[in-house]
Amino acid sequence: MSEPETRVASPPPAASVKVLSGVWRGLGPIVYALVAGGVLLLLMGRDPIGFYATTIESGLLSQTGLEQSIIRMAPLLLMSAGLIVAFQAGLWNIGGDGQFLIAAAVVAGLGAPLVGVLPYSLALALLCVIGFVAGAAWTIVPSVLKAWYGVNEIITTLMVGFIGIRLANLLIKGPFLSDRSLVPQTDVIPFKYLLPYLPGTRIHLGIVVALAVLAAVHYMQTRTSYGLSLRMLGASPKAAAHAGLDVKRDIVTAFGLSGGLIGLAAAVEVLGVWGYVRADWNPAFGLTLFALVFLARLNVKLVIPLVGFFAVLSIGGHEAARRAGLPNDFLLLLIGLILFFMVFTEWARTKGWTAGMRLRAAGRTSQREAALDE
Amino acid sequence: MGEAPAAVELRGISKSFPGVLANDEVSLVVRRGEVHCLLGENGAGKSTLMNVLAGVHRPDEGEIRVAGRRVTIGCPRDAIDLGIGMVHQHSSLIAVFTVLENLLLGRGEGLRLKTGEALAALEEFSALLGVAVDPWVQVGRLSLGEQQQLEIIRALWRGSRVLILDEPTSMLTPKGVEDLQRVLAQLTRQGLAVIFITHKLREAFDIGDRVSVLRRGRLAGTIDEATMRGGTFAELKQMVVELMFPGEAARLARVAEIRGFEGPARRSRRPAAGPPLLELSDVLIPGARGEVGIDEPLSLAVHAGEVVGVAGVDGNGQRPLAEGIAGQRRAAAGDIRLAGTTVRALSIGARQRLGLRYVTDDRLGEGVAPPLSVALNLVSKRIGAPPFWVHGRTKKAAIERHARALVEEYDIMTPTLDTPAGSLSGGTLQKIVVARELSFSPKVVVFNKPTHGLDVKTTAMVRDRIGRLVEGGEAGALVISTDLEELLELCDRVAVLSRGRLMGVVENVPGAEQEIGALMIGGGDE
Repeated sequence: MSEPETRVASPPPAASVKVLSGVWRGLGPIVYALVAGGVLLLLMGRDPIGFYATTIESGLLSQTGLEQSIIRMAPLLLMSAGLIVAFQAGLWNIGGDGQFLIAAAVVAGLGAPLVGVLPYSLALALLCVIGFVAGAAWTIVPSVLKAWYGVNEIITTLMVGFIGIRLANLLIKGPFLSDRSLVPQTDVIPFKYLLPYLPGTRIHLGIVVALAVLAAVHYMQTRTSYGLSLRMLGASPKAAAHAGLDVKRDIVTAFGLSGGLIGLAAAVEVLGVWGYVRADWNPAFGLTLFALVFLARLNVKLVIPLVGFFAVLSIGGHEAARRAGLPNDFLLLLIGLILFFMVFTEWARTKGWTAGMRLRAAGRTSQREAALDE
Repeated sequence: MGEAPAAVELRGISKSFPGVLANDEVSLVVRRGEVHCLLGENGAGKSTLMNVLAGVHRPDEGEIRVAGRRVTIGCPRDAIDLGIGMVHQHSSLIAVFTVLENLLLGRGEGLRLKTGEALAALEEFSALLGVAVDPWVQVGRLSLGEQQQLEIIRALWRGSRVLILDEPTSMLTPKGVEDLQRVLAQLTRQGLAVIFITHKLREAFDIGDRVSVLRRGRLAGTIDEATMRGGTFAELKQMVVELMFPGEAARLARVAEIRGFEGPARRSRRPAAGPPLLELSDVLIPGARGEVGIDEPLSLAVHAGEVVGVAGVDGNGQRPLAEGIAGQRRAAAGDIRLAGTTVRALSIGARQRLGLRYVTDDRLGEGVAPPLSVALNLVSKRIGAPPFWVHGRTKKAAIERHARALVEEYDIMTPTLDTPAGSLSGGTLQKIVVARELSFSPKVVVFNKPTHGLDVKTTAMVRDRIGRLVEGGEAGALVISTDLEELLELCDRVAVLSRGRLMGVVENVPGAEQEIGALMIGGGDE
């Protein structure tokens, strides 16, 4: 390497150690959670091996299971992308479920009348845009409050999120109510107008959209000035302001993009799977995805396998829970355990546990020492 | 004076941190009634050694004797119980508590607060030190010098017989330094031992009875009392420099602080500087809550080819002034012009594009984004601008080329260009900040405490850069500093700021020091 590289102040940890500890940070909590979940299954008199085997069998190995899992991944990935955009900028968008449902209601409500009038592709594209705009619009109140008045967005997105969930319900029971159904729901978009299948499968186009969006988000974050602005904002709002970045614009646009992608997730789910939205429908992906997105350290590349894992778990686990005579909520328990062990792993890291981590901790200590001697 | 008994004796202290041997068999005797100065570059092991003594770190090897008895200091509490008190560089007082409440903190014995005792102690020690401290005033309202006095009083009340002062003068006025010197004389007369950590050689010779120099974790040598009293400045300087940088003394002859012994080198008066580049007319810049702002209309100009200094004790409106110019705060009134263009209503970015740069004193807090790489931090004020970004797309190669050149030019000590800035030392961060602000031909650069906390070499480099910036007569600089010697070395004119008021502007001619000092005191500070 060139000259500067030779002035080593403290050697960086070996690359292999770094990779290993990185992988373990992601995988560790999942393994611990599966083991702890297994113990719980044993205590309840169920066969953990059988349970997990069924989960994998019916979520991953069977043709329909695999297709179902991939279909499920589409909205999850899009929503993850939305969350990552906000979190990377240090903006806590907690109201994702509200943005999702508002967008879903609007897309389903406008979808049925639109698809008949417009050409097929145009209608779908327009509905995706509508979903994006609806989700983005639902972030305007929190983002403006944050950018101009410094109001804590954790509170506002949460509150506005609740309002969103209720408003979606009202929209479906009001202007978008179908008069052809006994339960309150929107009109159904005919099957032939929904997103097309990928050739030779029963997987709708959503997954392709999701992967393309993730790639675009990754590109934006790593290769563009806008992405760097958002990373600066997330790394240190004071440094971002000092550097002369337009912090207000960045807050509003990052929030809008976040809500927009979540809205797009809703559009894809409605246009790919359901064709309508019921007033009481709320998949509540948001809270689960928080865990996964953080487990992936806000890294787009890591989020894909983790979301895949979760999709398999929820599709296959559904079947496994049914066969084991357990309620579906058992899956939530596993998610809870993953979260718990994630916190545990982080805590253990700060205590300098496990070999690779000790090395890295050592590096930090010596740097701290150097800093102390200033 | 005969050999006074040892107050503290360190024998063969070694302390290593993974990858770093911070102290290597350091032996040091501090006698009663002496001020023992500790000199050394950043990273020489001064702080580690003192932290060992104060119970923050446990030594790997070696023993500590206090008043002749071998002791084990396992935690800060032990050190306090043994009569070792440390006054840190940055105040450890709680600003929203009163003086009395701060004194009572950490006196954990029993449930009841010993208010009466504390009041009595405050009175006793204030009298001893010859200072006046109001027990009921909030600490945040005290000047930094007064806060330091309070910290010394607190240490004394805890029964300290050995007082460690970590760079105590870095935030004081000349008068504050004088007061401190008087206080220390009082204390040593009472038989206390004082360990005085400093970067400034002149101060070490003015205040210290003996001087020890640490270099790369080892004790490089101690200059005894006889030599201190008998030698001339030049001899002593030579001795210390030889200890600190063996074999490098010749090369470092230009280093500012060392040169400071023969009196600061004043800049030659330039005949009529160029046109005004930065003009402030009657600006008012409000302070944040509890902060002194620029509360009286302030007018000041910086011309091309000129360095204008702003002297004053920290917290007298420096930060509002700097941030007001940079655009990080809005001026409530008045006008700010940059090369004739009104910039008062412009954003931070717009002012930067017009050639205004701001070297902040808050390096870690706002100067860099700590998790981002050195390379990105070096271009963080040009995000979106060519050649580093073209149509919003990052040109990694251009960024790295630019960063590599700056790392080379400014001797930025970083393992790689991708190293997160937050993991580097304060001196390195300052080099990054200075390198970034000085590239792309700035018109006016505002430096806020540019060498605060830096070691001799980095300080010299930064001062040298400020000089070179204005040399061509194309640019001007405004240097805000609490270090008067620095201002006298660098500036053509020095403005004095006190309690948010511009007290006056002094031409830097012989005798300016007294005039500046008088203006600082005239402000009613301390």
